Amino acid sequence: MKATIGENIFQFILIIVISLLCIVMIYPFIHIVSISFSSPSEALRLGFHLYPKEIDMTAWNLVLSQKKIWIGFGNSVFRTVVGTFLTLFIMSLCAYPLSRKYLPHRTFYTMIILFTMFFGGGIIPTYLLIKELDLMNSLWVYIVPGLIPTFSMLVLRNFFMSIPTEIEECSKIDGANDIRILFQIILPLSKPVLATLALWTAVGHWNSWFDAVLYISDQSKQVLQFFLREIVVTNTDAETLGRSVVGNLKYESAIKAATVTFAILPILVVYPFLQKYFVKGTMIGSLKG
Amino acid sequence: MDNAVQQKKPKVKQLKNNFRFMWKEYKKSKYLFLMLVPTLVWYAIFHYGPLYGIQLAFKDFSPIKGIWGSPWVGLEHFKFLFFQSPDFLRIFRNTVLISLYHLIFGFPAPILLALLLNEIRFSIFKKVAQSLSYIPHFFSWVVLAGIVTVMLSPSEGPVNYILKMIGMEPIYFLADSNYFRSTLVVTGIWKEIGWGTIIYLAALSGVDPSLYEASKMDGASRFKQTWYITLPSILPVITIMFILSLGGILNAGFDQIFNLYNPAVYDVADIIDTYVYRAGILGAQFGLTTAVGLFKNIIGITLVLGTNFIVKKLGQEGVL
Repeated sequence: MKATIGENIFQFILIIVISLLCIVMIYPFIHIVSISFSSPSEALRLGFHLYPKEIDMTAWNLVLSQKKIWIGFGNSVFRTVVGTFLTLFIMSLCAYPLSRKYLPHRTFYTMIILFTMFFGGGIIPTYLLIKELDLMNSLWVYIVPGLIPTFSMLVLRNFFMSIPTEIEECSKIDGANDIRILFQIILPLSKPVLATLALWTAVGHWNSWFDAVLYISDQSKQVLQFFLREIVVTNTDAETLGRSVVGNLKYESAIKAATVTFAILPILVVYPFLQKYFVKGTMIGSLKG
Repeated sequence: MDNAVQQKKPKVKQLKNNFRFMWKEYKKSKYLFLMLVPTLVWYAIFHYGPLYGIQLAFKDFSPIKGIWGSPWVGLEHFKFLFFQSPDFLRIFRNTVLISLYHLIFGFPAPILLALLLNEIRFSIFKKVAQSLSYIPHFFSWVVLAGIVTVMLSPSEGPVNYILKMIGMEPIYFLADSNYFRSTLVVTGIWKEIGWGTIIYLAALSGVDPSLYEASKMDGASRFKQTWYITLPSILPVITIMFILSLGGILNAGFDQIFNLYNPAVYDVADIIDTYVYRAGILGAQFGLTTAVGLFKNIIGITLVLGTNFIVKKLGQEGVL
């Protein structure tokens, strides 16, 4: 079918509107990165900042020389790597039995788990529980209480349900048990979903900050987002903001921008390569039980 | 003889049989069940464990006596909240208002964007636009608060630069009670609009193309096609998303508000969750804030079940 003139005009307007929207979506990130490399007078200039006029690395040097930034970075990497791995492992162990029709009382167990999505104790009872379990100021508090994200687990379960059971019945005849079937047959078949869920979990871990605010007071166990919050949101980290050094005072904007950039860099770097995996899994699962 | 015994104790026998049957079933799939055990234990501790603490809503908590040992006070906390507390009305109103604004403006936004993206014939452009629109979704509100603060700053921010260019006075969006809620809604849309389109675009790609062909024959305009074919086709998805967001009506967005608000805007920005954090964790009023949390949870679950029920009555598919 040939496109009419009206159709072409419509497409043209559409593309302009969507382009403007995309600019709105990403400009703030460009602005921040640009400010982080700017000299103080440039950083304070009212207006748009697409790129730094002349590159001034002072703010970056200040931020990267802070020990706590690296402590936070290390702890964030720890929780992201270990947490994602453990979550995928336990989540598979949970999703697989729930996806098999021959699990006794399957509906009952599913309901027990579904219920937690709609009703919970709330923040205070959870806080007291964590205290009771002696998880305060322990690195495990980042990983264990959120070990199974229920929604992601259900996505995985729904995917497992879509795998035809004939494959596993064959290997059952050959004498394989359910654990072997999961690890040798089902999981290799589920790589794309696992990749999506791994990315969601990893991003969630990297971005988490509230558990750090609630449960961790030991500075050596804090995550990057916590220090970022002290610098950018609450403005309480005088040391990193360079308030003690007279000449550094004017670098505050650039220092904040550099810290933000430092925290978003890992995600920005991997995003172009992995972005298709981020989206894939959303199609697969729905909430339907 | 055997028969006689069996008749005397039919119930016991039946129970025994049932039990034996169950035992056999579990034995048959023992590995499967074994896999599930750790997660059941985990759910019991970390999701059902906090439910034990809900009793604090009816108790006067003292850290020395513990949850169990603290004395009961009945509905005292609720009475205080509903009739005496100066804060409750304010935080409840703020929570509902902010949520409603998010719902009214934030809920249709991704649907609209999905409809627009769906009309683009230039597929590479469409893909790039989608990928770019997801980006803010991947960052925490700590990061985004840092960025939003710079963008909206009256002295350095580009937004106020534009306002100045068109001859307006600079606006301090984050410290002015008149603008704070709108700022929340707009920044909330900015973060989630792209990501929100995914599910609708998936639904849109499933619409039968022959419907459009047929309607074109009948001379339907683009708008009519959207209204009579596209929207009804994705209505089930819209319904499910709507139920889910209604259930969260008392979640006005803790992460966002907690990182953006300041005492200057508490009167319009303080919501249930921020209040619970300040009064509960910082102020150690555990009993009172547990009561607030319980109140919020009950409303949440009632709304989900209620809407689900109504939607099912109307002949649509629900969530549960």
